[in-house]
Amino acid sequence: MTQPLDLHAISAHYGTTKVLEDLSLSVQAGELVSLLGASGCGKTTTLRLIAGFLSPTTGLIQLGGRDLTRLPPHKRDIGLVFQNYALFPHLSVLDNVAFGLKQRGIGSTERRKRAMAMLERVGLAALADRAPGALSGGQKQRVALARALVIEPPLLMFDEPLSNLDAKLRVDMRVEIRQLQRSNGTTSVYVTHDQEEAFSISDRVAIMNAGRLMQFDRPEVLYRRPANTFVARFVGFENIIPFKVVARDGDVATAETAGMTLRLSQASYGAIPDSFLLATRPDGLVVSTDPAAEGLPAQLGLRTYLGRAYQYQCVTEAGHLVANGSLTTPLEARASVKLVPMPEQCTILSADGAQ
Amino acid sequence: MSDRPHPILIGVAALVYLFLMLPLVIVVGAALSDTTYLTFPPQGLSLRWFENIFEISAFRRTIVTSLQIAFMGTLLALLIGIPAAYALNRFRVELPKWLGTLFVLPILVPEIVFGFALLKSLTVGTGVPIFAALLIGHTLLVLPYVVRVISASLASFDFSIEEAAISLGSAPIKTFFTIVLPNVRAGVIAAFILAFITSLNDVSVSLFLTGPGISTLPIQILAHVEQFFDPTVASVSVLLMFLTVAVMAVVERTLGLTFLAK
Repeated sequence: MTQPLDLHAISAHYGTTKVLEDLSLSVQAGELVSLLGASGCGKTTTLRLIAGFLSPTTGLIQLGGRDLTRLPPHKRDIGLVFQNYALFPHLSVLDNVAFGLKQRGIGSTERRKRAMAMLERVGLAALADRAPGALSGGQKQRVALARALVIEPPLLMFDEPLSNLDAKLRVDMRVEIRQLQRSNGTTSVYVTHDQEEAFSISDRVAIMNAGRLMQFDRPEVLYRRPANTFVARFVGFENIIPFKVVARDGDVATAETAGMTLRLSQASYGAIPDSFLLATRPDGLVVSTDPAAEGLPAQLGLRTYLGRAYQYQCVTEAGHLVANGSLTTPLEARASVKLVPMPEQCTILSADGAQ
Repeated sequence: MSDRPHPILIGVAALVYLFLMLPLVIVVGAALSDTTYLTFPPQGLSLRWFENIFEISAFRRTIVTSLQIAFMGTLLALLIGIPAAYALNRFRVELPKWLGTLFVLPILVPEIVFGFALLKSLTVGTGVPIFAALLIGHTLLVLPYVVRVISASLASFDFSIEEAAISLGSAPIKTFFTIVLPNVRAGVIAAFILAFITSLNDVSVSLFLTGPGISTLPIQILAHVEQFFDPTVASVSVLLMFLTVAVMAVVERTLGLTFLAK
């Protein structure tokens, strides 16, 4: 029942505007993959191409080896969950869920039985006779989920399904969606602009920008080893400092940037090119008041309180950087400090942006 | 604190109602008069002028024609207007803006000009039979109302609902009838009433398109007034009012008018 999805070199245009360029993506059977990016990055376009509401200019869409590219959307057999629920307002909750079964020519008794069983699974059996308008946002989205799952689709797709819910419910619902998806083993594509949501729910995440795939990997890899400056910034590597290697001694490279020299071992960083970018999050720079520390000289600017740390805006010769300092010793603005990179929280990007 | 409206507001509202209703009261009164000339207040009470409507064959014929034209014209306008309104809303981004305006043109152009244009292009130009010309004219006359009212309904319709149905295996045409249409039902009913009554009461367009042997009721009323001064015009006007009310009542009974209050 569950099938792999393959996109081969998809391009798409709106009129003459290119919205998707040469996108290739493989989703394994039973896997949940998120398409993550800001609005206009092409993630919704990709979903609509797979669903069949848009046609690609070039490329191939395959589901379980079946070519979908020219198939009309109502024959694609894909379960869809929409941001605004898209329940049928003139039908009861039960009839909403049974709608897809009706299209498949399933008799009314069997239809009712299966729809009820599905409503049971999402915990809404008691509301079967209600009109959708009488439900809360979370309940509506559960009905939408039941409606999409009851047809046992080989592929399930979510278009920002939690964006209209409040923060607390969003977290509960994403756990629920993940559990249902896992227990059904349905191949799923999940579109969102919320990084935490994408990382928490997905087996793999495709980060997109301006119609292109920037990186496609497990959340753990994306979070620790972004492949380029775009992904690095996207996952919170706010500090990107250019370095040049000035000496190599076996495994250790000595690199310098304006105002500091740093010794890096290839054992912990991987191959170090002659010219590279060192990327860290604010947590990856230790604010040291020890003048002898091996770090980047900086002058502190604005201090903000994050709860778990103080965050400092810093002025350095290598540009503007952001660092988090300890709560025990708040430092004043204009203090001169050293920013010491912590190797385990840094990653190296090649100078042209790719790793 | 009181929820009661201000006395001045009540007074103004009463005046407006009076202003709206008084002419109708006068017409009803005149229709019931026993005299052979139009007068108010009525002198003596009689239904003879109502009987007289049906004794004049021209009235009998034109009532039937008016109802036929209004009914068929409205249906035709719905057949054209519903798909048009759907397309205008569904493809709002893709379609040029002026296309929507095109459907409103017949009510933007002065009706008398519109009627004359139809005369030139239909009757004089191509020799279309009078009944057909009337039907085409009235269809075009009411089309803007149909497109506008149904567009307003569709504007609040979320088209992802349609996509949801399609993704669940419902073919697009079927989806239109089972999902889209039931959700704009109120708009279709409102459009029907508005179009039917507009057609039934139209003078300007019919004036140009009626011809020998075929006329509509409002035109016949005009023709009658030019020759006679008896209360038949008043009684036939009352009849026209009741036809209008009857349409509303039938719709109210079968489909409900509560949506008009929304």
